[in-house]
Order: sequence, then C-alpha cells, then structure tokens
Amino acid sequence: MNGKGILKGMGVTLQRFVDTYLDDIRWWGKRYYTPEGIAHRSSTNTKGIFTIQYPEEKLPVPEEFRYKPFLLYEEGEKGEKNIRCTSCGICAKACPTQCIWIVRGTDPATGRPVPQPAGFWIDADICMSCGFCAEFCPFDAIKMDHNYEVASYTRNLMDIDELMKPVSYYAGIRPLNYAREEEARKAKEAAKAAKAAPAAG
Amino acid sequence: MATPATETLDLAVKFPGAVRADTRPGFSGWVVAPEKLLEFAAFVRDELGYDYLVNLCGVDNLPEGQMEVVYNVYKTTGGPGLIFKTQAARVDPIEIPSLVSIWPGAELQEREAWDMYGIRFSDHPDLRRILMWEGFAGFPLRKDWKEAFHDEEIKPYKSRWPDGKHTYAEKRSAYGDNINFEPGFDPEKWVPTDPEEALYAALKKYKSEEKDGIKTDHIIVNMGPQHPSTHGVFRAVVILDGETVLSLKPVMGYLHRNHEKIGERNTFLHNMPYTDRLDYFNSMTNNWGYSMAVEKLMGIQVAERAEYIRVIMSELSRIQNHMILIGMLLNDLGAYFTPALYAFEERELILDIFEAVSGSRMMCNYFRFGGVVRDIDETSLRKIKDLVFDRLPRKIEEFDRLLTENEIIVSRLKGQAILTSEDAIAYSMSGPMLRAAGVPYDIRRADPYGVYDRFDFDVAVRHNCDMMDRYLIRLDEMHQSVRILEQAVRQLPEGPISSQKPSYQIKVPAGEAYGRVEGPKGELGFYVVSNGKANPWRYHVRTPSFVNLTALEKMCVGTKIADFVAILGSIDIVLGELDR
Repeated sequence: MNGKGILKGMGVTLQRFVDTYLDDIRWWGKRYYTPEGIAHRSSTNTKGIFTIQYPEEKLPVPEEFRYKPFLLYEEGEKGEKNIRCTSCGICAKACPTQCIWIVRGTDPATGRPVPQPAGFWIDADICMSCGFCAEFCPFDAIKMDHNYEVASYTRNLMDIDELMKPVSYYAGIRPLNYAREEEARKAKEAAKAAKAAPAAG
Repeated sequence: MATPATETLDLAVKFPGAVRADTRPGFSGWVVAPEKLLEFAAFVRDELGYDYLVNLCGVDNLPEGQMEVVYNVYKTTGGPGLIFKTQAARVDPIEIPSLVSIWPGAELQEREAWDMYGIRFSDHPDLRRILMWEGFAGFPLRKDWKEAFHDEEIKPYKSRWPDGKHTYAEKRSAYGDNINFEPGFDPEKWVPTDPEEALYAALKKYKSEEKDGIKTDHIIVNMGPQHPSTHGVFRAVVILDGETVLSLKPVMGYLHRNHEKIGERNTFLHNMPYTDRLDYFNSMTNNWGYSMAVEKLMGIQVAERAEYIRVIMSELSRIQNHMILIGMLLNDLGAYFTPALYAFEERELILDIFEAVSGSRMMCNYFRFGGVVRDIDETSLRKIKDLVFDRLPRKIEEFDRLLTENEIIVSRLKGQAILTSEDAIAYSMSGPMLRAAGVPYDIRRADPYGVYDRFDFDVAVRHNCDMMDRYLIRLDEMHQSVRILEQAVRQLPEGPISSQKPSYQIKVPAGEAYGRVEGPKGELGFYVVSNGKANPWRYHVRTPSFVNLTALEKMCVGTKIADFVAILGSIDIVLGELDR
C-alpha cells in the first residue's frame, strides 16, 4: 500500500513524542537542572529529550578530560609557590604544535642552569589539547586542565603566572590520577630508602 | 620491514632493462622506467590481476636528485598488494606518463601529485592544480619549498628551549602577514590572472550545442563553496542543460593546510594528534591507520588487550559515523533534522565513551605505537556493554523502521546514480561505496589487520549499485559492527595496553610502509617513508573522501541537479580529510 512506509516512520516519531512526555512525568521536576537528571539524560537507558541546557546546565566532564595545560606548584608553609617544573624541556620537545616556550633558569651568581624555569609560555591559541606534555612530563609538573570556558577577546598567550595552579587543585579535578601518582612516588621513595638502608648498615 | 608481500614472479625478467627490484633497505616492490610504465601497469592489471589502484603519491628524493611516484595496487579478490615506483630526474619539467587510461581512479591523485610536486603526467585529461589555487607559485611538498611562517626544518624547534622567549610567528615575517612573495615581486606591476579560467576551460567542450537548428547555451552553476549540502567548503562546478547535469568538476582545497608538509616537519609521535583532524568524525580509525604504518616500519607487535580495545573503538566509531551519515543524507534530501538528531543521540553516547577513555570527544589522540594510551575504565566498559548488547541494535532497527520503507526516500534513492562494479573498481572507490556497487571488498577481510581475523562477521555487500544500496549498506555495516563489538567485548583479554615503553622519541628504521585500515568512509591509507631520523621523510595520507570523489562526475552525469546533493551526501565526504 502506498504511504505505508511513511506511516511506519511516523509511528517511530510518535513513539518518541509520547516517550518524551512520559519520561518528563516519571521524573517530575527532577529531570532538568539537577545532577541526577543530567546523569539520566546522558545514560544509555535514556528516552526523550537529550539536550543539556548549556550554560544553565553543564555536563560533568570525565576525569581524563583534557583542555589546556597548566603548571603545578606545591604550596609551602608560608604560602610560597614551589613549582614542580625543572625546565627540562621535554614538554616543549613532545609538543606537536610547538606552542610551549621555556627559558631555562640560571643561577644569577654562577650562571649555571638551575632546575626551575625563568620563563614559561603556552600559546593557548595554537595548543591542540593533545595532552602529550602531561603524558611525557617525568616530574608530574604539567597537567591538563578541565576548565574549557576560556574564550577571550584577545589572543591567549599564557605566561607562568597564569599557568601555575596548586597541587590541591589538581587533586580535586583528577583524584584517581593524583592518588596513583602519589602512590608511585611513595613506592619510589620507599625503594630508595630500602636501597640506602643496607648501605648505611 | 617490507610492506606487502610481492609477487613471486620476477618482473625484472619479464621486462628486462626497464624494471628492477627496489633494493633500498626497508623498501620493496619494483622500480619501473617511465617509458615502460604504461605497459607495465597494463600487464600488472590484466595478467597479474591487480585491478585496484589504491594509492598514488609523489616522493621527493632530494638527496638522490630524483622525483618518485609510488603506486600501490591490490586485487579486488583480496590478498596482499603490489607496490611499484617510477623515478625521474629532479629537473623541471618532470614528465611521467599518466595512468588514467589504465586506472581512471588515478585522475585526482595524479592532479594532487602535480600540484604538490610539479610532476607532469603526460596525457592526463585535465592536469590542473587541485588543492592549491591556480597561480600559486611553487610546489609545496618539495623538500626545498618553505612556507610563509617557516620556523625550522624539523620539529622540535630549537627556538623553544632552553632559551624560548615567546615571539609570535608574524613578527618573523617581514610583511607581518601570512604572505610569501616571490623575490623581486612588485605589486604595482602585477596583473591578476583569472584563477577560474583553467577550470572553465576544462568544462568548455560542453558549453553550447545546436539542437534542431537552435543554439542552446548550457548554464554553469557553482554549487558551493558556501552551500549547505556540501558539508563544508566543497565546490562543484556543474554544467546544466535545463536541470540535467551534463558535466561536473569538483573544486577543493579551501580547507587545505598541507597536512603532509606539517607531517614531514613533525616527529613520528607528533603526527598522531594531527591525524585526528583528518576525518574528525573518526579520529580512532585515523589513529589506527597511522600507527599501523609506523608499527610496520618499526616491526613491533601490538599488545593483545590493546588490539581488542582498538577494534572496539573503531567499530563504535563506525557506528556513529554511519548514523550521522544517514541523518545528514536525509537532511540533504529534505527531511530536516529529525533523523539527524535521532542519530546524534547515539553519537552522543558513543562520544561520551571516547571522552572518558581518551580525554576528548572528537580529537581522541588515543593510539600509541604498540598499543593505546590508557586502559578502558570500568564505567566506560559497562557503558559499552549496555550500548552493544541492548541499545544500539534497538536503535539501528528503529532507523530501519523510520526510513527504509518511506516512499519518498525510496523514490529519491532507488535506481539513481548507478555506479557499476567495474566502474567502482576502476575509479578506486573504497569502503561502503565499493561494497554498495557489488564488490565485496573489505580490508578487514581482504587484507586483515589487527585481530579482525578472529571475529565472525560478514562483509556487507549490495548489488543494485544505486543510492538506495548506499543507504542500506550503512545499515548492514552497523549490524555487522555490533556483531564484531559483541565478540570483542566478550573476548577482551586482561593484560598490558602497550608493548612499548612510553617515549616521545621513537626510533624508526629506514624504509617504507603502507598502512591501510577500513575506515568508515573507505580505505584510509598512510604511506610513510623513514630515513632513520626522528621525522618521517615522506608522510602521505590516502583519504577515502578524496579518492571517492573521482567518480563524482561519473555518477552525476545525466541526473537532475537536485540529486547531486543526495549523491554527494551518499558518498560521505568530510572536508577535513578531503582537503588535508
């Protein structure tokens, strides 16, 4: 019969239409603007409207989500910022777009290199958020941020002050990674201590 | 490591003096003298059965002072391929006979080699620039050509560390702009040439005709580059007689960024995130193609668990690609956004998985040489299982119910834009386009890679060669992908996710490799030549979108202009990999 196929297809859209309202009724008042509502709408058994009303609602980002890189510093007792970066330059070499610029620190008295950057820039306009810098940094000093709302009216060249964020911030956005790295660090230190102990004894 | 196993027959004996084996370390195949090229190609096609020209690209061997063209040919009955090359002295004009008469699929690829290397293909029907514009000075992929913001020959640049005081690129250019002038260029004396002249000249033979004593002019219509049906900045110049298409020329390159030049400046690892940006719907399969080529060069194995993860990711990618394709095809046909947005729901769920495992929804950058970058977490694995065993089969079936029998769709698609099996092979079509033309050629079966030989699935094939089949084959392929996924998820072994230690400096021995994967849009191939240094000497991407467009004119001639939109939609192009 002519038109049967169209009616069959319309049946699908009608089903969806009804489902949308049924789901809204089932989740009365909780489907929108609530964390569990957002989780429901992005789960595999969702029905009905999918849309997240950005910016009123925001999808939570997964831990591995990567945006622009930032530099980690340990907070000292007197509030000083001890940067983890040793200006070894591995991130600058691993960077595919070559958007990382580092001036290696030198001791003003001796002129020798010191393990600290004197200047650090990331050209965030060019950065492609690939995550290689964070992946290959041997000191866990550079990590990928979760903040994706970085639109600006000017070009976005980030210098060392803009890039620095405390380790506690990192532990907040990537708890599992942080725990894993801390564990590895402790294991490494324990192994070092165990190696040093018999030598001392 | 040798790329494809070569023919046991000694072709050097068959063509004495004109053919010799390529004996450079790491290379394989045959080097053919240009004057015997046509004869050799005809022999390879007709006598040996290599009827399917897959890849054609130029290589600039600057130190040896020669220009090379590489051809990869395969049999449509499956099996390993044959690689042959032809070389000419690197002195302009470089002449090499065109193979369009043997494999019409060489047309666009030869134009690309001309555009990028200045290799003149004699007897080519329409040798014009393709990615660069007419009037562009120089051949950008030549090793001695430098771009406007040229920094250094290879990455990593020395200016970045240890004394990397930031400067903007335009500060280095004398003009403060992204312009490169010829030495001695005087803007006052410059007379602009019409860049479209050559293009329209190629179409002129159709310009007017005389019918029953009445002279009829045909109309030239420019579809694009700003046209919603072209999925980006693609342009087709169409010659019309009333509404019927008489001739058509694709114009591309509006999104050209010389991916390959960037790739040759990059180190091997640097290229991985760049491949994401080719077909930005399927970064997972792009990653796979590239890592496969480099893994072949390095001669390394991939960790077992990573092989399964790769299969899972690329099949998920295929499903979301086909969903979007069907949705967008329906958009082109006028069913505005209902199917497209239904498709986006499933895509959203799949992209959520990609984001959780790789860190990014579209630019996944997930593969590394020898494995993948990180394991699938428990939550994502559960989500994949829910999708594979429950939701996706249901949703694919829903698509089927929604569209397949719809009378409007059937009348728009059925019997339209026929591309026969012979033509599809001759024009180097690949992927769903080839299989919808009745050729059951799927690289996952014909030349298996990864662990695809362990799964039980059918090669989807349809025999009517029309647009309806091109739509239906996508549904079939989604069903097959779900089948593969079910097995892969069940069999997913425990173990390490990479066979290599993570390193940003990768040692790649000298040689050549051609890695090919069955991407959702067709065959995605990476031809990589290494000279043992940190950067690839040659990095060529054979993209399905680009090569599949060779047959666009063939399919469009004789149809109505409104169908051009649907034909283009059914080919499934993405401009990121078309223009590179």
